[in-house]
Order: sequence, then C-alpha cells, then structure tokens
Amino acid sequence: MKIFKTIILIVLTLLITACSEDEENTQIEENPVADLILVEQIEANNHTIELYSEQDNFYVGYNEISLRVKDNTADDYFSNVSITWMPIMHMTSMSHSCPKSDIETTQNETVSKGFMIFQMPGNSEEYWELTLNYEIEGVAYEASKIVEVVQKPDGMKNCISFVAADDSRYVLAWVAPKVPEVKVNDFIVALYKMENMITFSKVEDYTIMIDPRMPGMGNHSSPNNEHLTFDSASEMYAGKLSLTMSGYWKINMKLLDAENSVLKGEDVTDTNPESSLYLEIEF
Amino acid sequence: MKRMQNVRGSLYPSNKVWHVLALLVVLSVYLFPKDGYAQETTDTMCSASCEPECNGSCEIPLKLYELDEVILIAPNKEIGYQKQSKPLSSIDEYLESSEHVKMIKRGAYAWEPTLNSMASERLSITIDGMRIFGACTDKMDPITSYVDVSNLSEISVESGQEGNEHGNCVGGAIDMKLDTSPFKEDYLKVSLDEGFESNNEQKITGVDVNFAEESFYLDGDVIYRKANNYTDGNGEEVLYSRYEKFNLSVNGGLNLNDEGKVTASFIFDQANDVGYPALPMDVSLARAFIGAIGYEQYNVGIVKNWKSKIYANSITHIMDDSQRPDVPIRMDMPGWSDTFGFYSQAELEHSRHSFLVKVDSYYNRSLAEMTMYPNDSNQADMFMLTWPDVRTWNTGIFVQDAIALEKGNMSLSTRISYHRNWIVDEFGLNSLRIFYPEMEASQHRFLASFGSNYDRTINHFKLAVGVSYGTRAPSVSEGFGFYLFNSSDNHDYIGNPDLKNEQAYEMKARISFQKKSFTASLQGSYFYMPNYIIGEIDESIGTMTIGAEGVKLYRNLDYASIANVSVQSEYLLSKNWTWKGSISYHRGVDDTNRNLPFISPIAYGSSVQFKKNRIFGEVAMDGAGEQVNVSEVFGEDKTEAYTVFSLSIGKTFTVSKNQLYAKAGVENIFDTYYSTYTDWNNIPRMGRNVFVTLSYKII
Repeated sequence: MKIFKTIILIVLTLLITACSEDEENTQIEENPVADLILVEQIEANNHTIELYSEQDNFYVGYNEISLRVKDNTADDYFSNVSITWMPIMHMTSMSHSCPKSDIETTQNETVSKGFMIFQMPGNSEEYWELTLNYEIEGVAYEASKIVEVVQKPDGMKNCISFVAADDSRYVLAWVAPKVPEVKVNDFIVALYKMENMITFSKVEDYTIMIDPRMPGMGNHSSPNNEHLTFDSASEMYAGKLSLTMSGYWKINMKLLDAENSVLKGEDVTDTNPESSLYLEIEF
Repeated sequence: MKRMQNVRGSLYPSNKVWHVLALLVVLSVYLFPKDGYAQETTDTMCSASCEPECNGSCEIPLKLYELDEVILIAPNKEIGYQKQSKPLSSIDEYLESSEHVKMIKRGAYAWEPTLNSMASERLSITIDGMRIFGACTDKMDPITSYVDVSNLSEISVESGQEGNEHGNCVGGAIDMKLDTSPFKEDYLKVSLDEGFESNNEQKITGVDVNFAEESFYLDGDVIYRKANNYTDGNGEEVLYSRYEKFNLSVNGGLNLNDEGKVTASFIFDQANDVGYPALPMDVSLARAFIGAIGYEQYNVGIVKNWKSKIYANSITHIMDDSQRPDVPIRMDMPGWSDTFGFYSQAELEHSRHSFLVKVDSYYNRSLAEMTMYPNDSNQADMFMLTWPDVRTWNTGIFVQDAIALEKGNMSLSTRISYHRNWIVDEFGLNSLRIFYPEMEASQHRFLASFGSNYDRTINHFKLAVGVSYGTRAPSVSEGFGFYLFNSSDNHDYIGNPDLKNEQAYEMKARISFQKKSFTASLQGSYFYMPNYIIGEIDESIGTMTIGAEGVKLYRNLDYASIANVSVQSEYLLSKNWTWKGSISYHRGVDDTNRNLPFISPIAYGSSVQFKKNRIFGEVAMDGAGEQVNVSEVFGEDKTEAYTVFSLSIGKTFTVSKNQLYAKAGVENIFDTYYSTYTDWNNIPRMGRNVFVTLSYKII
C-alpha cells in the first residue's frame, strides 16, 4: 500500500510541476520581451516605440532588436504593425547608414524583430539617428531619435568595414556563437556590400575562409574548422569554428568571391602572423 | 628465485676497452663454472644469500607458479635493508636494481617503471593489491612515487599474464607489498635511519616503530628526504633535479582468535618542489592519501584463506613552472586522480589443485586542467581540460588453478573484466568532439585474458614455459587526453576514444641450471601485440604547445612485437664470495618494422659480493652497449655505450643489545658523464656519489 501511495504522490507532484511549467510558458508568451533588455524608447505620435535587445545597449556590430509599439492612451500594444527603419550615422563630413534587415512580425503579433549592424560607435561629434516608419490601421507614422551606439567593453573587434580588391566596401560582422565555447561552434557572420551611403546589399556565392589563432600562445590554430559559405535560409555565411581552449582568439579570414579570387585577407604563415581581415573574441 | 642485483655506479671515462672487458667479466661466469663451497639453494623466494639472516622467520608465501622476481626490501623487518647496496635508496633505485624492471627517468625523482619493455599503461601497478592511478597527464607521478621503502616489505614483479591477478595488463604486474608486524607477544621494535648522499646533498631521516601483541599490531613509520640538484659526471649541475619528500604510514591489525584478522593501513605521501630537468615544467606538489581496510579469515569450510579489502586513494598533482626563468608562456597544470575499489579472494585446495578465485572492482576519476597565462596581461587566461573528468569503472573476476602434476607444476589462470569509461564534464566532452564529432560520452568494453605456465625440474635443470593471451583498455591519456605535450618526441598528443583493446599473445620460456655453487638461467619472452596503441603523427592538425613539432593521435597499429632475452647467473666462489652476472637483450618493432621507443640495447651487469660474519661488501658494474635500434619517430636518438662501477661496504654492530647497521659506498666511482636509453631527453645521470647510511634498531 505504502508503495502505491508513494507512486500516487510522485505522479501528482509531477503533474503539478508540469502544470506550473505550462503556466510559465504561457506567461512567456504573454510577455515576449521578458528575457530582453529595453535599450531605447522613442516617444512620438502618442505612441511609445520600445526597442529591446539581449544586450544592455546598442553596440558596434550585430544587434538583434525586438520592437513593439504601445498605444499610450489605451496602454496597450498594437498588433501586426508594419515597420521599416533607417539608421543614419551623422559624421562630421558625411552621413551613411548601416547594414540592416527587414523588420518582421514574430509569432507574438505585438512584437517585430530585425537586426542592425553598426560599423562604428558614436562620439561627441558624430552620432547615430534611428528613424522608424510604421503603419497602424492604414495610417503612416514616423518617429526618430538619436541613439547611443558604443563599443563593446571587451574591446574585441566583432565587426569590420573594409575596401576589398574589387574596390567595393564591405561590412562583415560576427553573429554567432553569441557565447563561444570550447568545441566546434556553429559560426555565423553577416556580410554586406556597400552599394552607396544608404544601401547595403547581401552578398551571395562568396566564401569566407577562416583560420582561428591564439596570438597569446605561439599563434597556434585549431583543427576541423569549416569555411563559411552562404546559407540561403539565414541569408548569412555559416561554417564551423573550432576553439580548443578558452582565451583570446583572432579569427583570421580570407574573403573569396564567386570565382574564388581573393578579395581581402592573407594566409597566416610563420612570417605573417595575421590576416588583414579578422575578427576577435575572448571568453 | 633471483633477487635484485646491486648495480649502480659510474662509467669509466668513455673507453670501449672497458665495455669489452666488462662483457668478458660477465661471460667468464658462464664459461668457467666452478663447483664451490655453498650449499645447494632451494627454489624458494629466500635464496642462499638470504638464509643466514632469516633464522627461519623469512616467511614469504611460496606460490606454485613462478613469480618472476621478488625485490626484498624489509621482510618482517628482520634483515632490514641490508640486502640493498644502498639501504635507504629510493623505491626507484630498488626497482632499477631489479633484473627485469627498467626505469624511465625524467629527473632524479619519480621514475617510471617498465617491465618487458612496456611502461605504466601496459602494466598493472598496485600497492598491496590496490589499484591507484597517477594524476599527472605527463606521467610525472608513477604510483611508485607515492610510497617509500619504509612502507614496504617487498615488491613482486610478475611478467606478462602472470600479473593478471591484480588487474588487466599485457606487460606484467608490479605489486608493492606493505610491511606489517606479526602478531607476537611483547613485540616492540624501533628503528632510526639516517642517510646522507654527497652528490646532491640528500638527507634522509626515518623513524619506524613496530608494536605488537598476540592480539594486535600497530606499525608506524615516517621518512623524510630532501635533495638538491645533482651534478653530472662533467661536474655540471643538473638544474631542476632537486626534490623533497615526506611519507608517513600507519598500519594496524587485530587478530581474531587466530581464525582471521582485520587490518587497516594508511599512507600519506607528499613531495614538494620536485624538479624535472628533462621536462619544461616542475612539480610544486604531489600528494597522495592511500587507505585500506582488510579482512582475512582462515579455514572457512573448504576455503583455506579468504581475504577481502576495500580501499580508497586520492592524488593531487600540481605542475608548475614558477622556478623556470625562461618559458615561452607561464602555465599551471593541476591534476587529480581518485580511486575507490575492493577485492575479495578465496584460496581453495582440492587434492592436487590450488584454486584462487578473486573478484575485484575499482572506480577512478581522472581530471586534469591546464591554464595558460599570456605574456600580454590584457589578454584573458587560456584554459583547457587535458583529462576531461574521465570516470573509469572496472570490475572483473580472476580464477587460477595451480596444479601439482606428477612431474612438474601447471598453472592456469583467467581474468574477465567489464570496463567502462565515461566523461562527466561537458566542457571536456565538447573539447574532444572537436576531433571526434560522433563521440559518445560513455563507452564500455570487455577485457579477457588467459595465462598458462608449466614448470618441471629435470636433474639440475628447471624448465618453465608459458603461453598467454591478454588485453587491456586504453589508458585515460590514450583514450581521452587533450593536447598532452610529450617533450621527448616534441609532439602534442590527442587521445582517441575509438581505440580498440590492445592485445598480447605472449610466449615465454625459462631454463635454469642449478648445481652446488653455480646457478644460471636463460629466459626469453616474446609478445605479439595486435592493436598496439601508440601515437602517430597527424599532419593535418596544428600544434598547440609553443615549439612543438606536430600533433600525434593515438592509434591502433596492426601489431607490434617485443622480444626480451636475458641470462643471469650466480656463482659462489667461496664461502664468503659470490659473483653474479647478467646480460639482457630487448627488441621491439611495429608492423612496418619501425623501432619502438624505450627499448633497451644490450645491457649487462656483474657484481662480486663479500659476506663474512656481519660484514657485507660489494663491487658492482653495469652497463649497456650502444643503442643500435633507435626509434627516431618517437623522439629517440642514439645513446652511447657505457659501463659504470660502484662499491659499498656495510657492517652490523651491537650497541647495548641493539643493532647498529652502518653502510657506506660510492656510486659512479669514476665520476663519468653518461646517459642511458631510459633518460628522457638524454639528461645526464648523476656523477660520483658517496653515501652513508646508519640504521639503529632498538629491539
């Protein structure tokens, strides 16, 4: 009998735990930005546009942003808002934009999502301004605000803007792994070609060869890396990055075009410790 | 049985004439046998030279099958350390003086024993039957380094599958037996040992207390050694060869009305500031806690003796390079190894059969880390797991039947084990999956071995033959090591979880001749080893260690084969004089005829011993020919021939009914510069060394 009772007790406990987990899940669905950090709010048109990120700031490099628009009167969020954005860097001599995705509504219809890749931080004289155009119930609105973009505190180079052998300017940014580990990591970078000051287009059919090195330890490499190729699903470049230990790694790169001619970067050799094209991480 | 030979000493200044002379001296023993004055020795562990001191108390169990060798250290404390030419020498030196054991040296301390040209991973090395595994990824702490001579009574060396009683092995077994007092009324012995060595200013102090009644015994001993850097034959100081070691052991036993006994033993061993001149790093701490509780019962029904033991041991080993002024990068490499286990064995006798049935099991946890500190202090420390928290569980059963035949003796034995390894640390598992993406966290295998021996005496000859088969699982380093740097062949090693069991088909034979004053034996063993495990260069992988030449992955070769042949002889020249000689030859090649590493060239030794009343003296010589079969792929270069000489003299005095044993000697008499094939990276051996030992026994 005792055993029977115990089993019933265990089953009940499991059921209750399972139920409470379900509840938690629904809660997450109710608050889709619970795990994110509100990094910016733009007040305009009696709306508050909230911008969320996994990070506590807009940083140089790849930024995944979730947005939602609040009706200040009703204190409620609009669903299925169609939004476009335009980040502009106002430099002393000129202005330019940066690579960015379209903004798409997520499963939760109040939240939209996209990313921007800031290739430089703002400073006392130069700043990023983000302009949002959105449409609610057939009415178009515009909102804009100067936003602060800073360098990551670890000082690692996670984004590089360069002119390649084809005289075009490209922007290359680290996307994943967000937290690298000692293993073979799925490595994703975003690559954009700068068509003009405002337009950055995705580049397909290129190859990014990688050679991760540890300059702090004889510049040794790691085995079983896979060069990055364009993944049409994510529309980014995906490969494998193997990291044999924690610490500071320099990911040396070579960018090849569709014909396999080198657009940027050099092989790492005994005499050439690094490529001119590289990203860095430290963990 | 053969006992160790005391062959220490020096090389007379590089002169080939000496080598030839030395060989002649050895050969002369075989060529001119002379009937002498001694009594005929019996084939027990206590051979002739042991008898006078034993006085009947030399009760070492005699087994039917043939033990290869027993190195006596202090059986029942009766004869003390007198048999060893240097009584307070380290365990390493005791083992080195054995006929069959060769020691790989990375410095002055913690040498690695090899048997039948095979090292740790192919042997079963145990302390009183307890499994214990070093915590260093670079083999800087063979488990022989965690005991001291003060703990032990003898070391049994069993070749090939004769050693499978203690665990799976292919090369053989070394079991170090702890020294305990007998259950004896009013038994109290205190001994004080003091030793000094000139070359490295080594000081040794030991105290040993043994107390017993008929109902119990309690033993305790401590020994402390401290040595500075030694000097080679050229008078050059060998940097980083110092060490300091402290060892304490306590043993207790309760007599259960002569029907059985309960025993407990504990060893604490700690070495600090141990230098390894052959390696890029030293050791700041090597510490072991070793404990066991045993229960033994005699005559339980048909069981003559039933013995069980549970044990636990824990090792911490910390490598560091803080004493090295010039390193490419600073690093810390701590390692831990904990083992828990038990065994239970029963001895049965039925007419001509003596059975031994043993079940045993152990569980080990091996973890080692490496933290590297970049020279640019702005960069983060680098960290890796070199042993990814590997757990091993091995459980097995061993059965042996020793049969007394009409003519001769036969022994059959088998061991079957289940062996499981699993990786607990996710970080470590992911690290290895860089090389083996499909690797499972857990794996298991079965190990089986079989041994057979037959011996027979025909007149003055005794013939022993054996055919065996054994398997072993890969070691933690071979299976799961991650970038382990080997400074001998200058490669980083990566473990391989897909390794198959290594196998060994073994054949051996021994013929010995015994007539009055002359004994001689010729023995040979041949191992054919399918799936021999060794590191092979993988050109596609870049090195990790700064300055390393490449990376090797552990692989199974199709096969390798190892042959060992040796001749020993002992000749009683007169009542007081004994002459001993030995020559050995070893050869190891793989399936493509490449030489295997650490295989001895022709080696020889000879000694003359004098014993009269209470005086014991010895002049010894040993040497080796030029290393012809060099294994360049595995980092060897040719070692030159050498011959070395040593002498020692000792006397026992009676001081107010107590015994004072004094001994002094000179090793490397001619202060010669030399290095042997066992010296890692050719580090030179010690130059001339004068030692003095005083041992005072209060009875």
